[in-house]
Amino acid sequence: MELAEAIILSVLAASTPLLIAATGELVAERSGVLNLGVEGMMIVGAACGFGAAWLSGSIFVGALCGIAAGTLMSLIFAIMALGLAVNQVASGLALTIFGIGLSGLIGAGFVGERITSAPHLYIPGLTDLPVIGRIVFGEDAFVYFSLALIVGVWFFLYRTRSGLILRACGDNHVSAHALGYPVLRIRLFAVMFGGACAGLAGAYLPLAYTPFFIPGMTAGRGWIALALTVFASWRPGRLVIGAYLFGAVTILQLHAQGAGIGIPSQFMSSLPYLATVIVLVALSRARTGGSTAPAALGTVFVPDR
Amino acid sequence: MRKRTFLAAATALFLAGSIGSTAWAADKLKVGFIYLGPVGDLGWTYQHELARQALVKEFGDKIETTYLENVPEGPDAERAIEQLVRAGNKLIFTTSFGYMDPTLKVAKKYPNVHFEHCSGYKRDKNMATYSSRWYQGRFIQGQIAAKMSKDGVLGYIGSFPIPEVISGINATMLGAQTVNPNIKVKIIWANTWFDPGKEADAAKALLDQGADVIMQHTDSPAAMQIASERGKPAFGQDSEMIKFGPKVQLTSVMDTWAPYYISRVKAELDGTWKSEDTWGGLDTKMFQMAPYTNMPDDVKKMAEETQAAITGGKLQPFKCPVVDQDGKTVPCEGGDHLSDKQILSMNFYVKGVDDKMPGK
Repeated sequence: MELAEAIILSVLAASTPLLIAATGELVAERSGVLNLGVEGMMIVGAACGFGAAWLSGSIFVGALCGIAAGTLMSLIFAIMALGLAVNQVASGLALTIFGIGLSGLIGAGFVGERITSAPHLYIPGLTDLPVIGRIVFGEDAFVYFSLALIVGVWFFLYRTRSGLILRACGDNHVSAHALGYPVLRIRLFAVMFGGACAGLAGAYLPLAYTPFFIPGMTAGRGWIALALTVFASWRPGRLVIGAYLFGAVTILQLHAQGAGIGIPSQFMSSLPYLATVIVLVALSRARTGGSTAPAALGTVFVPDR
Repeated sequence: MRKRTFLAAATALFLAGSIGSTAWAADKLKVGFIYLGPVGDLGWTYQHELARQALVKEFGDKIETTYLENVPEGPDAERAIEQLVRAGNKLIFTTSFGYMDPTLKVAKKYPNVHFEHCSGYKRDKNMATYSSRWYQGRFIQGQIAAKMSKDGVLGYIGSFPIPEVISGINATMLGAQTVNPNIKVKIIWANTWFDPGKEADAAKALLDQGADVIMQHTDSPAAMQIASERGKPAFGQDSEMIKFGPKVQLTSVMDTWAPYYISRVKAELDGTWKSEDTWGGLDTKMFQMAPYTNMPDDVKKMAEETQAAITGGKLQPFKCPVVDQDGKTVPCEGGDHLSDKQILSMNFYVKGVDDKMPGK
């Protein structure tokens, strides 16, 4: 049982940054904007978040700075993709490349420094419960926040008028514009939200996961978050399944290797990707029978004046 | 197609942007470096960068150095190397295994430029190779690990199942068996050289499964930091990682390329540069052991004695007979120990490794 508990704790930790980053991207894409800069925004969030936490000694300040840094990065993208109507794929890729370089520069002064990682919740009695105690009542704040975030996003998208308008912009920006909705402003907010989430997801890595900063430490997690958004067919519920499934298979395959079950490790390492793609594709085919991509995703919108 | 063009253009821009800025002068020897990771990775690339800085200190304004960091292995590397040639570099160090073929290709094209490739096996008239006998350090670590482990189970994080990593695992086990013949090892392949999150997860998995000493052959200090959190002893990799595990780091195999780089640049300046294969052990100081810390005095004494014996050539980690995990004795091609060729192409586990090699 102790091993199962340890595995679940590792899974939650591994899945959380993916879930946070993918939630942000989901909102941006639902408004019709494809931002491929998630990896870049994450790594800048990681550098700034760590720097701020190291200087201030506060994880909370670090997380806020990560969010701010991710948002600022997304504004660069917004200026290009929304303001100047540049191709979104190109500007997103540019943002990632820029972010990787910038984070190295920002983080150069902090490489090799250590901080104390984010504290875990402790409620006397509850956290001490066998098996579920530490899993349910003993996580760090990021884990609880990521779950609240995805529920909030689900509620916003499907239960509020503003969410409906945001989705309308993503499905048909011409109609939304004709109805008098400020398409570009809505997309700007969606992109900024995506940036904030990516920044926080990035900051999670040096603040809670591995409490130090090293250039390139996101190691492709931004791209995985992007892929999760697509395979979850832009639905919050499936995103949760996808993110936790990916984390779970990643950790389980490590344990399977440690236990020496003799399946080639190269295959085991590819399992998280395979399992996630298969499950999410099966889910979306069973329910909707095809693609549910926002119809205007990735297309440039220039309002007629 | 369009996407690909963007990517290529973006990569080119990125490469151009990452050239270390130096002013060109006509009569200085220009020395170029190709790095796999960022110079601040605190591991593999960082150690090469330290050696480059040592060069600058040693030769002052007689040479001029340039480096390109974050150069992916593969076709991009060829462009990056050629870029260094065109910029007038006469001696170029390419510092990762995956640059082997790209380096060879460029070397054939520019016979007047000298190349130094790290950890490969292909050479040419103007392309030398160099690497270190890290397995010697692993043997010492194995002995220490066996002494320090309470339950006799070591946790080993591998990157890729290539001969260098496998000979490391084997040397560790042979060393450990001299202390505890029943020592066990759990191996997890991360299938990456660098992903702090995944390395940390692998370390957690090993500890959760009962390993009580952590060793790694991946590049970030993540595993050391997890060991530190759990209060379990661990070994660093490539560089000094004591900062991430002040109470748990036992030692670390540190790459110290400076002496080699200095001798090669000196040869180039004197006009005596020759294409050679250098495989330096503890005696050449191409790698060194970080101070032995967090261990009882008798363990430290044992480690120091083993180190002295290996340095003096009295102890061969792969001393014959070497028995593989199926119980077959490996042919002894190097006199009383395995030959360099056998170590460089090692693809079997020694007896006592209770794990199947990936892909076998």
